[in-house]
Amino acid sequence: MLKKSLMLGLALSLTLSTAAAFAADKVSIVYIPKNTGNPYFDSLVKGFQDACAKLACDFTTAAPATAEATSQIPFITAQTQRGVNVIAISPNSPDALNQVLDRARQKGTLVFAVNGDLVGNFDHRDAAILPVDFTKTGPGQVELLGSMINYEGDIAILSATTDAPDQNTWIAAMNDALKTNPKYAKMKLVATVYGDDDPQKSTTEAEALLSKYPNLKGIISPTTVGVAAAAQVLQSAGKAATIKLTGLGTPNQMRPFVKDGTVSAFQLWSPYNEGLLAAYYAVAVKNGTIKNEPGATLDVPGLGKVTVGPDHIINTQAELTTFDKNNIDKFNF
Amino acid sequence: MSTETHATPQVSAVRDAATPRPRWQVIVFRPETVTFLLLIIAIIVASNLSPFFANFSFILESSTYYSEYSIVALVLTMVIISGEIDLSPASTMALTACTFAASYQAGVPIPAAMVLAVIAGGLLGAFNGLMVIVFQLPSIIVTIGTLTLYRGLAQVLAGDKSIGKFPTWFVGLDYRELLGIPVPVLIFVGASIVLGLIVGMTIFGRQIYQIGTSEVAARHAGIRVRAIKMGLFILMGLTSAVAGLMAASRLGSVRYDLATGGELQMVLMVMLGGTYIFGGRGTILGTFLASWLLVIIATGMTVANIVITSQLTVMGLLLIISIIATNAIYARNQR
Amino acid sequence: MNALSQSFGLLFRRREAGIFVMLVLFCIVVGIIQPRFASLETARIVALAIPLILVSAMGQMMVIVARHVDLSIGSILGFSAIVAGMIFRDHAELPIFVGVLAAIGLGAGLGLLNGLIVTIFKLPSIIVTLGTLSLYRGLLFLASDSRQVDPQYIPKPLIQMSQTSPIGGIPWIVIIAFAVALLTYFFLDHTRIGRQIYAIGSNPTAAPLRGIRVVPVTLLVFTISGALAGLAGIIYASRFGYVNPGITGVGFEFTVIAAVVIGGVSINGGVGTVLGTVLGVILLGAVNVALPILGVSAFWQDAIYGAVILVALLIDRSVRRRGLKSLVAGNRA
Repeated sequence: MLKKSLMLGLALSLTLSTAAAFAADKVSIVYIPKNTGNPYFDSLVKGFQDACAKLACDFTTAAPATAEATSQIPFITAQTQRGVNVIAISPNSPDALNQVLDRARQKGTLVFAVNGDLVGNFDHRDAAILPVDFTKTGPGQVELLGSMINYEGDIAILSATTDAPDQNTWIAAMNDALKTNPKYAKMKLVATVYGDDDPQKSTTEAEALLSKYPNLKGIISPTTVGVAAAAQVLQSAGKAATIKLTGLGTPNQMRPFVKDGTVSAFQLWSPYNEGLLAAYYAVAVKNGTIKNEPGATLDVPGLGKVTVGPDHIINTQAELTTFDKNNIDKFNF
Repeated sequence: MSTETHATPQVSAVRDAATPRPRWQVIVFRPETVTFLLLIIAIIVASNLSPFFANFSFILESSTYYSEYSIVALVLTMVIISGEIDLSPASTMALTACTFAASYQAGVPIPAAMVLAVIAGGLLGAFNGLMVIVFQLPSIIVTIGTLTLYRGLAQVLAGDKSIGKFPTWFVGLDYRELLGIPVPVLIFVGASIVLGLIVGMTIFGRQIYQIGTSEVAARHAGIRVRAIKMGLFILMGLTSAVAGLMAASRLGSVRYDLATGGELQMVLMVMLGGTYIFGGRGTILGTFLASWLLVIIATGMTVANIVITSQLTVMGLLLIISIIATNAIYARNQR
Repeated sequence: MNALSQSFGLLFRRREAGIFVMLVLFCIVVGIIQPRFASLETARIVALAIPLILVSAMGQMMVIVARHVDLSIGSILGFSAIVAGMIFRDHAELPIFVGVLAAIGLGAGLGLLNGLIVTIFKLPSIIVTLGTLSLYRGLLFLASDSRQVDPQYIPKPLIQMSQTSPIGGIPWIVIIAFAVALLTYFFLDHTRIGRQIYAIGSNPTAAPLRGIRVVPVTLLVFTISGALAGLAGIIYASRFGYVNPGITGVGFEFTVIAAVVIGGVSINGGVGTVLGTVLGVILLGAVNVALPILGVSAFWQDAIYGAVILVALLIDRSVRRRGLKSLVAGNRA
């Protein structure tokens, strides 16, 4: 019975048709965000969509339910099977995807890491589209907070997970800036805590900071979930006047806090532009108008001339955008 | 003898024909038949949903993502037939895989680290067994506790770092093929045959059914209930550890969140295969078919670009419908 | 009968005293290690951490007393919260209570559905609600189109429920949560149906013989649990200021079950008090807040939860055994 049904199953699947090649001549792009329901990636998707409307490429997006390390794997395999030309992915893990991405690339699929890179595994993707030069992000945040607290007093960092590669790059640069730049000599980093990008944990950690360090003057939270949770905590505790907060957040998430003065300024880049650039670059490489190699340049409407950097890393913009009361209503993402 | 016929539906399919119920009905109204029909329907639907689906090597490749769960689900079937349940195997996978990776990182050679992981799995299973059998606590709530505990310990052990950089010979089990079939799938098929024979053909197998049908009666019949149950829990732990190592090999790296939510998939496979949630009934064949059904459904929906959120809905619905249907079929056959 | 209830009453009191002593000891130990813990600020943080768990725990406690369990409350919480949030966002003109009622109503409906499947098909609630845990989460993604409800759409007065206080500096949500606990106490201890829930839980087969209509009472219990999870959804929106389809309520069921089991509610049904559950929730809340203040890594949190569930099970078992023994002894005397 066991064998019989197995054989039957085999026969059935074999008699059904084999995979057809992808029919369209248009460049087909799929974007796989970290997880579904994450508003950050909605605007990134919008960038892809707008670019593909102009360039006439086929665009789809498919996202797993959770941002767990392995959740994207079946999607990569399925998209490879669909024969898409380009897989753009915001990886949930810097190393768990290596095998499956290699397989996709062996079949001729172009693989881009978008918004986050496969740190330490660059040879498993073809290029990376990142928002800004990440080496400048940390010092930029320190400068912004410093300007709010007159460059003086205890400060703390509320990050995502202890293993988040981007956040760790920024935090290292923050530490470096605080140590080496005499301008920040009177700013003292008392704690770096991790909220795991979970609203509840971030809230608890932020509350613990307030309770543990009564002289705290400022908090930097370089993650969208953390900065929103910290803002909510400051607002609840009524301590926005004594403790300044800044970080990386989306305008929609931070709007009420900027308007009521809990947060005077925070920073981010445009995820929309990442999607836009990724689509333009994908089409240009696929059509052979440019080569995917460091030094190549591409003109993207709205972004100007973009140059491929070392390690095939491409940045969408030079500097972070700072959002405050005056400009926040111009942004909707 | 009469209790045995009742207790072993797999063998009893033929013997039951002696009852007034027509033979065709007995065969048709078996949960495994329903699972098999669903499998065929799923294949047809999936092929129509997307032209990219019906490709044998693609389905096999996709099935390697589920083989780890499928293998554990086979043993879980035996546990559920015996009247218990184990909700902690996915967490056990994570904790054993983290044990493996952490000891490798600490300089333990890979084979020794693998042995360590399997031993750890056996201990974790034995701990479940201890709580259930010695302290006589309900397995369902015990294993909810250990589900949280084991994953928590995995996090304590490995932090939230991903541990990788294993030697190449260890990585990529799912890409090794034998006769064109990926090794994890072969392991799953092999395990199905072996366990199917044990459960269906041996005295030990029949004893499991008897324990699940009536533990008191089984004890009176001289069956070593506690030893068998303990053995099943330990086997769960060992199998989960092997599955954890397979996942580590497939991914080439290990994190504490490995196999998160896997327990739902495993229970789904067992339920979908027609195993009776209250014990005493069910077959390895049913779980085997159900595993493929799940692979087909998940793969079919993913390749057809059906949003993942619909997949969650379908999985939840399937679990509920399958237990309702199984329950109804057994109630009908008992009449 | 009288002797029975008396000795059980004694037992409860002993059990609750035990939890209370544990709570006090815990606070003292933490206070010694980190003196900053023993502050009014900490009390405020613990108080704010409690309502979400407390409200859901009241429902879960009833379900467990009736010898069932509801694993779907996290998804019900998320579903209710996102529907309320969508009403706030898309129909800002409606008064707030419409969204609140919708959340509670939806929660009640989903709870009722759990109850119906369990009672009609006579299935174990743990498996049914494991199924609806996934089903409801899927449906909430579909209903919300996987979109987060951003902070700007959560009504200000609702947010202020977590921040402002009608009396003695105690925030509204804390008062609401304890009001729910008080009502639950009244319902379980002083109404006929309340006592019937205990009767069903201690002996489901004997209950109908005593004229108890098991099915309607069980349905009511699941409906109340769902409704309270719905209310917890509103508290979530108030406390965290936004609702995300993939985050809100995920994994919440384990926290709540842990709190209930710590509170001395027996997983075998029929045993458990509101006071015990409240103490269990406070203990869990205190542990939650203490970990980051002590600087204990958040990694330990899950392991501690799991260990706590198992230890509570073992204590429950030994208490039950001793209880039986003392009963026998009492009868002899």
